[in-house]
Amino acid sequence: MSERCAVIGIGQTVAKSKREDVSIAGLVREAAVMALEDAGLSFADIDAVVVGKAPDMFEGVMMPELYLAAALGAVGKPMFRVHTAGSVGGSTAIVAAHLVASGIHQRVLTVAFEKQSDSDAMWALSVPQPFSSPLLAGAGGYFAPIIRAYMHRSGAPRDTGMKVAVKDRLHALKNPYAHLHLPDISLKMVEDSIMLWDPLHYLEACPSSDGAAAMIIGSEKAAAQATSDTGRPPAWIHGMAMRSEPTMFAGRDQVNPQAGRDCAADLYRQAGISDPRADFDMAEVYVPFSWYEPMWLENLGFCAEGDGWKLTEAGATSMIEGGDIPWNCSGGVLSSNPIGASGMLRFLETALQVRGMAGEHQVADARRALGQAYGGGSQFFAMWVVAADKP
Amino acid sequence: MTEPVTMMAATTRLDYVFTAGVAQSKNLHGLEEGKFIGQRCPKCKKVYTLSRGSCPVDGLPTDEIVELPNTGTVTTYCVVNVPFAGQSIEIPYICAQILLDGANLSFMGLIQEIPIDQIRMGLRVEAVWVEPDELGPTMASVKYFRPSGEPDAEFDSYKEYL
Amino acid sequence: MSGFPELTSGHRPVGVVSFAQYDNVRREDAHNEVEMLMPVVAEVFGSIGITKDDVGFICSGSTDYLVGGPFSFVTALDAVGVWPPRAESHVEMDGAWALYEAWVLLQEGEIDAALVYCFGRSSPGDLSEIMALQLDPYYMAPLWPDPTSLAALQAQALIDSGRASESDFAAIASRARRSALANPKAQLAYDRSPEELLGEDYEVAPLRRHALPPLTDGCAAVVLAAGDRAYELCERPAFITGIDHRIETHAIGARDLTRSPSTQLAGEKAGVATKKVDQAELHAPYAHQEMILVDALNLSDDVALSPSGGALAANPMMSAGLIRIGESARAIWSGQADRAVAHATSGPCLQQNLVCVLEGV
Repeated sequence: MSERCAVIGIGQTVAKSKREDVSIAGLVREAAVMALEDAGLSFADIDAVVVGKAPDMFEGVMMPELYLAAALGAVGKPMFRVHTAGSVGGSTAIVAAHLVASGIHQRVLTVAFEKQSDSDAMWALSVPQPFSSPLLAGAGGYFAPIIRAYMHRSGAPRDTGMKVAVKDRLHALKNPYAHLHLPDISLKMVEDSIMLWDPLHYLEACPSSDGAAAMIIGSEKAAAQATSDTGRPPAWIHGMAMRSEPTMFAGRDQVNPQAGRDCAADLYRQAGISDPRADFDMAEVYVPFSWYEPMWLENLGFCAEGDGWKLTEAGATSMIEGGDIPWNCSGGVLSSNPIGASGMLRFLETALQVRGMAGEHQVADARRALGQAYGGGSQFFAMWVVAADKP
Repeated sequence: MTEPVTMMAATTRLDYVFTAGVAQSKNLHGLEEGKFIGQRCPKCKKVYTLSRGSCPVDGLPTDEIVELPNTGTVTTYCVVNVPFAGQSIEIPYICAQILLDGANLSFMGLIQEIPIDQIRMGLRVEAVWVEPDELGPTMASVKYFRPSGEPDAEFDSYKEYL
Repeated sequence: MSGFPELTSGHRPVGVVSFAQYDNVRREDAHNEVEMLMPVVAEVFGSIGITKDDVGFICSGSTDYLVGGPFSFVTALDAVGVWPPRAESHVEMDGAWALYEAWVLLQEGEIDAALVYCFGRSSPGDLSEIMALQLDPYYMAPLWPDPTSLAALQAQALIDSGRASESDFAAIASRARRSALANPKAQLAYDRSPEELLGEDYEVAPLRRHALPPLTDGCAAVVLAAGDRAYELCERPAFITGIDHRIETHAIGARDLTRSPSTQLAGEKAGVATKKVDQAELHAPYAHQEMILVDALNLSDDVALSPSGGALAANPMMSAGLIRIGESARAIWSGQADRAVAHATSGPCLQQNLVCVLEGV
């Protein structure tokens, strides 16, 4: 029943710790205009706008999409605002794509952003609430114990996380939009960085960034038009899925969450994927803390449970080492983290790759790619598959 | 030419009155008496600590009250070494998931009275409460957890609660 | 089974088959959000004999600033029990837009039913301060304008345009609160004449107390079902034949506040005028806004306006829009209406509007 749809335009800002040169409106517009230019379109061609971002307290503006309506060319159009925690960038793209897949719209602009420097994200995540103790110290404090449980269960060596931290930063050197460019990155540099949330070193954690991402999702007809106007190919969407599970309950596996496995299974069914490691040419996966690479390798079925760290250690996910399944060629969340946009950047990077437009971090002949985002206490998952060929 | 305005401070203060709700009220009154209160789901029979009033799996009210002991097991932990606004504990400190005996859900607690390099999964701990006249309907009634001196718990006994 | 109505929006008939709402109250201080939602979710499923296992998608609407902490929708999910894992999403918008997202997904045919819910409390903080944070952070929010003052600017503009008077506002408030006497979920209902209401003091001139919505804590839920599934769950489903939403610029000074072009356009796209409308549930928190909406939707004099009492009878944030759709569906189920228009709004002075046309067969 659903219509074919594709990514026909892509825009992103340079991620930085402080974008003092632009307002929130200026930031999102920068990404949106770039996506429109890529698609050979103007705001007038857009049917609807779908905005996503993480908690409003990150900027201190409640429902900021209302104020952004004019800056995003949405006046007189449907405008929609998604918030699904850290997965929001991915789920926003999915909501936008469904507006086209359902046959309702032809061209939808979707934008995700975070301007973390406008407020204090650590504060926003740790708002004092009377019924909980103030122990967490941000997301790292939440995820570090889960990482420890993974290390215990899998028997992974202590340096796997550091290896990911180095690999993603080396990838980032090839991406001009990445926030962190650390040319001297090395295992020693990671190991020597302060242990923030044992077992996580400072350099095994994502930065805090300002940034925005935008895509134009078009129908089959819109894709043909864009290609004929610009000469640039679309990235066809072959499947998309979302799954959620509760934050905590007795017997919950937080290391390898069922929601992630179910989401991948639904996605692979739609896209006809039977062996993800062989069937994908690359993947952009939400890895905000280094150890989530081996954990998600298992969760996404790229290897058996307990074996994720072996792929990482063997260099399978590294472009630099010529791995067979490069992960996060853009540098990933470890190199740029405008939270609300981080999930969309994963989705966007997969589209860049299968369109052959990723520049220096392009994987040769990437035909099919997996984008994944997660959020909350590893409980909200959003994923898609894009490919160079029509479904 | 004048410098561009790159930042404007817009200080915001909002005060909220939180509603604890029926279930949390019971938990908080328990803390006031120096006791942990658990709540059992009528369907899956699991015992939840610090419940917001529902079983997250079944979506049903956890009406049955279960009094829980002072002792539990560290299922996993991290050592926090990052300063942040509003922090009230000196860094580095140990932040652990604690599974009280008889409960089916762990919660986050502070571990003290143990050298940082000796913290481990499976460590048996007990709650240290504030002085009786300082007890109140708040998590602050629990000062911290400390080793109870019992032998460590087997991994199998808590592996489902990680 | 009696067939399906002709659709203006979409291609697959999707009906509202169940609706439940919390008792709208000024201050719910015994129950937290999860405890408020649990009975509402239980009722919305229980009244049609299904469970969470029977819906293929869940979508909710809420906003963190009302609760005073980030990720408030996350704990609210525990009222449903999303296990085994579910396809689920959340909008930082009124539940009416969550319903829109679910309706879009149902168009594609992979799923046959969806749960939509929303919650919002006005009591935890000072709503007039909180809502100021919804405004342009550079030019407006630092001035802390409260929503009633902004609505008063709009009301004054309407009076100055010669299309309304304070008596009209009083007449609307009087009618709405009288209608609300028949609504067991109404928070504010009374039988007072417009003349009596005009004796009240101004809150912010030209708005007197009666022209303002009450402050409400509440939540609501709806079940949508598509095609034949709708008839399995409901004798006379309220089919969504048209649904659309539009936004205007945020800058109050750049808008003609006496008109609602976004409502007008959404109404046209949703096909409001294609057939006779029996009733309209309008999300007009301030009395004068009903007049602007009636104009924009070009509703004739014989349309029954907000029989539930509308947002003047109860105005739970992030829920009052979805409740308009639920109340309209109820009128279709009972046969009180064959065709009903429901409307939801968001943002200052009716900035963003959604129009939904519901029909029974």
